Amino acid sequence: MSEPAHADYQGAKIGMWLFLFTELMLFGGLFLLYAAYRMLHPAEFHRASQELNAVIGVGNTLVLLTSSLFAALALTAVQQGRGEAGARWAALTACLGALFLMNKGLEWGAKFHHGIFPGSALVKAMPPGEGLFFGLYFTMTGLHALHVLIGVVLLAVVALLVKGGRVRQGDCVLLENAGLYWHLVDVIWIFLLPLFYLAA
Amino acid sequence: MNAMAQEQGHVVEPSTLLKVWAALVVLTGLLVAASLVSPALAVAAMLTLTPLKAGLVFYYFMHLKHEGPLLRGMVLAALTVLVVFIGMMFLDLAFR
Repeated sequence: MSEPAHADYQGAKIGMWLFLFTELMLFGGLFLLYAAYRMLHPAEFHRASQELNAVIGVGNTLVLLTSSLFAALALTAVQQGRGEAGARWAALTACLGALFLMNKGLEWGAKFHHGIFPGSALVKAMPPGEGLFFGLYFTMTGLHALHVLIGVVLLAVVALLVKGGRVRQGDCVLLENAGLYWHLVDVIWIFLLPLFYLAA
Repeated sequence: MNAMAQEQGHVVEPSTLLKVWAALVVLTGLLVAASLVSPALAVAAMLTLTPLKAGLVFYYFMHLKHEGPLLRGMVLAALTVLVVFIGMMFLDLAFR
C-alpha cells in the first residue's frame, strides 16, 4: 500500500541541465565576443597570447580532465553501492579543483607582477587588440575560476553527504547533478585552453 | 533491472571512464602538438579536436549516451542555438 516517497529523479536532472544551458549561453556570449574581436585583431591576439604560459594552461587542463574522471568515478561507485569509494573520489575531485585554482592564482599573480591586469597602465598602453585579449582573458578565466570555486565547495559538501550515507545508491541525484556541473566547467576550460594559451 | 536502477540512471563502468580520460589526454596532446607546427594547423585542430573533446565529456562523463530522446533533444537544441548565434556573428562580420 505505502508508496516510496516520489523523488522525481528525471525532473531533478532535467532541471540541472536547464541551468547548465543558461551557463552555456553565459559563456557562449563571451566566446562570441572573443571570436569577433579575434577576427578583427588577429595579429594582436596572436602577440598577446605569447605572454601566457602554455605549460600552466596545459597542466591545468590535465588537472581538470583528471578531476572530471574522478567525479564520474564517484558517481559510478555510489551507484554500485560503494559509498566509501564514492566519497573518496568526490573529495579527490574537489582537491584537484583546489589545485587548479592554486595554479590559476600563481599564473594571475605572475601577470599582475608584470603589470598585466585589467585597467593597468601597461594594458592601457597596448594596441587596442592586445588590451581586448587580456580583458577577455581575465573575464573569461576569472568567471571560469569562480565556477571552479563553487564546484569545489559543492563537491566537498556532496562528498560529506556521501560519506554520511545521505547520498547513496538509488538516491544519488545530488551527486549526479554536482558531477554534471563539474563536467560542464571542465568542458568550458577545454575551449578556453586553445583560445588563450595555444593561440600563439 | 529494478526500480532502484531506474531511479539512478545508467551505470558507466570505470574501465569506460578511464578509456575516455585517456582519449581526452591524447587529444589534448595532439592539440598542443598542432599548435606548435603552424598557426593554420593550430586553428584546424582547435575547430575539430576541441568539439570532439567536449563531445566525449558530454557523451560519456555526462551520460548523454544513456539519456532518452527528451534530454538529448534539449541539449541538441541549446547547442544549435549557440552555433547559430556564433555563425550569424561571423556572417555579419564577414560581409559588413
